[in-house]
Amino acid sequence: MIRFDDVTVAAGSVTLLDRLSLAIEPGPPTVLIGPNGAGKTTLLRLAMGLLAPTAGSVTRTDERRAIVFQRPTMLRRSAAANIRYASAGSDRTRELLALVGLEHAADRPARRLSAGEQQRLALARALARDPTILFLDEPTASLDPGSTKAVEDVIRTVSERGIKIVMSTHDLGEARRLAGEVVLLHRARLVETGFAPSFFDAPRTEEARRFIAGELLV
Amino acid sequence: MIRRLLLALAFLGFVLPAAAQQGSIVVASTTSTQDSGLFGYLLPLFKGHSGIDVKVVAVGTGQALDIGRRGDADVVFVHAKSEEEKFIAEGGGVKRFAVMYNDFVLIGPRSDPAGIGKSRDIVEALRTIKARAQPFISRGDRSGTHIAELKLWKQAGIDIEHDKGPWYKSIGQGMGAALNTASASEAYVLSDRGTWLSFKNKGDLAIAVQGDKRLFNQYGVMLVNPAKHPYVKKAQGQQFIDWLISREGQKAIANYKINGQQLFFPNAGDPSA
Amino acid sequence: MPEHLSALDLVLTGDPALFAIVRLSIAVSFSAVLLAAVLGVPLGAAIALSSFPGRDAAIVMLNAMMGLPPVVIGLVVYLALSHSGPLGAWGLLFTPQAMVIAQTILVTPIIAALARQTIEDLWLEYRDELTAMEVGPMRRIATLVWDARFSLITALLAGFGRAAAEVGAVIIVGGNIDGFTRTMTTAIALETSKGDLPLAIGLGLVLIAIVVAVNALAWALRRAAERLAG
Repeated sequence: MIRFDDVTVAAGSVTLLDRLSLAIEPGPPTVLIGPNGAGKTTLLRLAMGLLAPTAGSVTRTDERRAIVFQRPTMLRRSAAANIRYASAGSDRTRELLALVGLEHAADRPARRLSAGEQQRLALARALARDPTILFLDEPTASLDPGSTKAVEDVIRTVSERGIKIVMSTHDLGEARRLAGEVVLLHRARLVETGFAPSFFDAPRTEEARRFIAGELLV
Repeated sequence: MIRRLLLALAFLGFVLPAAAQQGSIVVASTTSTQDSGLFGYLLPLFKGHSGIDVKVVAVGTGQALDIGRRGDADVVFVHAKSEEEKFIAEGGGVKRFAVMYNDFVLIGPRSDPAGIGKSRDIVEALRTIKARAQPFISRGDRSGTHIAELKLWKQAGIDIEHDKGPWYKSIGQGMGAALNTASASEAYVLSDRGTWLSFKNKGDLAIAVQGDKRLFNQYGVMLVNPAKHPYVKKAQGQQFIDWLISREGQKAIANYKINGQQLFFPNAGDPSA
Repeated sequence: MPEHLSALDLVLTGDPALFAIVRLSIAVSFSAVLLAAVLGVPLGAAIALSSFPGRDAAIVMLNAMMGLPPVVIGLVVYLALSHSGPLGAWGLLFTPQAMVIAQTILVTPIIAALARQTIEDLWLEYRDELTAMEVGPMRRIATLVWDARFSLITALLAGFGRAAAEVGAVIIVGGNIDGFTRTMTTAIALETSKGDLPLAIGLGLVLIAIVVAVNALAWALRRAAERLAG
């Protein structure tokens, strides 16, 4: 679906991604992991098309993309109006609100919802774009366990409907629960990629082993 | 957005009086005729007689003539004969008609700090003010009163442009502002009698000199030249002028009084006015 | 106005001349603010969202124009609308419409500059989301204006306050004609020149009361609407 060939992204003298090559294919969620500052957000923004590579190329096959940012911004409207605003075609507002469990909040101002509710609303809003591929940047960061479970359930449902999920997380447990494929980034470089079970059970690199053991902090 | 704009324009049309009113003329005149209340008395009478609304823009004589020169008024009603004659000579107006007169008065602090005494001689009084460097407020705005004041200094043999000191303050404002300033700074000031009588913030001010025939203040009225300015409402403008100098209009002017005191004296019949 | 009356008497007795002056003041300033909003808000939004060479200079100019002296605007509009000026054929000099035009010119930079700041701040917040949603430029502006509407009301009020309080422009282009172009501020100037300082002060207090009332009303509306829309 998306191919990164030898992609470098630099901002001034800082290299955000360094000669990265990766192919994202349809299937279960692809989960980006790695310490803070490893380049996960940059890779998601690049994949979404919000950033252009400094060098290398990004190739996409035909697809509709949507993204949920780590701190999504709600428009100053009701929850339902936020979804309606993003709607690509037919109005599925009620169905999407139901999917994320926010039917009761349809008419409430989106900015007055709790962080967990806003995260779910952002998911529903992204889905209103009717994407074939959905990028999620740390969708459960700073959420309480209950909200985290609710969001993960929605991600699972969406993925089962055939929408490709590409998400980042720093929560190894979440990666284990959701990932089909794992991509480990460290210091702007792609360190290791593989199917989740083999990645966690038999990491091939020293960095992966240390990251799984919780020793790779920066 | 276009709908909003239309709404706004509709709103303008709804709340604001129509711009081009039929049966109305614009008269550029002086603050003295308006502030003294004369127009407030005359215009309803004229409207009753003719049905014409008169809109008065009250400014200094110089500015009133300028409004006429630009064709932005139909009639000019001012008080500075030399300037009016210049205005006619340039072709700004059609013909000058004398309407009425009143007189200027020299106003000063009741305590008479300049020591003018009971003199009726305005020229002597100005010399005294200058000699003792007593504070004097000048309109400084090319108004009829300002022009009259400059003429009086000249008659006193004083080149005021050259001889003025810190005691002479040119404020560049209307009659009321000049009187307010004089009241606040205990200064002398030349005023037309009408504005002085109707002025409410007299404070410690009183008339210092009056009755000198050099203090005569003639008002004239002119139709703005329709040959130069096609927008001028010739017929209605002339109707207003004709009424002012008619027996009825002249009687109305004579009838206007404040506290029983007549402010303006009609003299349309005087060929030398 | 009857001369023996104080401003308070005029208010309490519902003096029709005073009422007409108040009505004209509000109508002129309100119309000017409405027109200035229609012109200034999209202008501010366009500058907020665009990048072009000289943008910083344009913003500095716009901010500086918030301080345009009313008397200069009045003079320029006077010369334009004069029968001897380029727009003389409109015949608008010494009419309320001329006062609306002058005040619109006075207020538009204020609304545009404040709208630019407000919308730019909101744009920084919304940029990623709207870009990700592939929202086109026109819809972006509409979205930002709508979502910033409560803050923009403050910009409109600033404009209204400036328009209602100014005397320099309206007295020149309106001519302070009794019963036709006399507003609160020109009436105050007139009463001051007649030496009737108590009446002038009284009218000033009436004007202040009106401006406070308009602001209170807008505040209450904003509060109520915000509760509904967040």
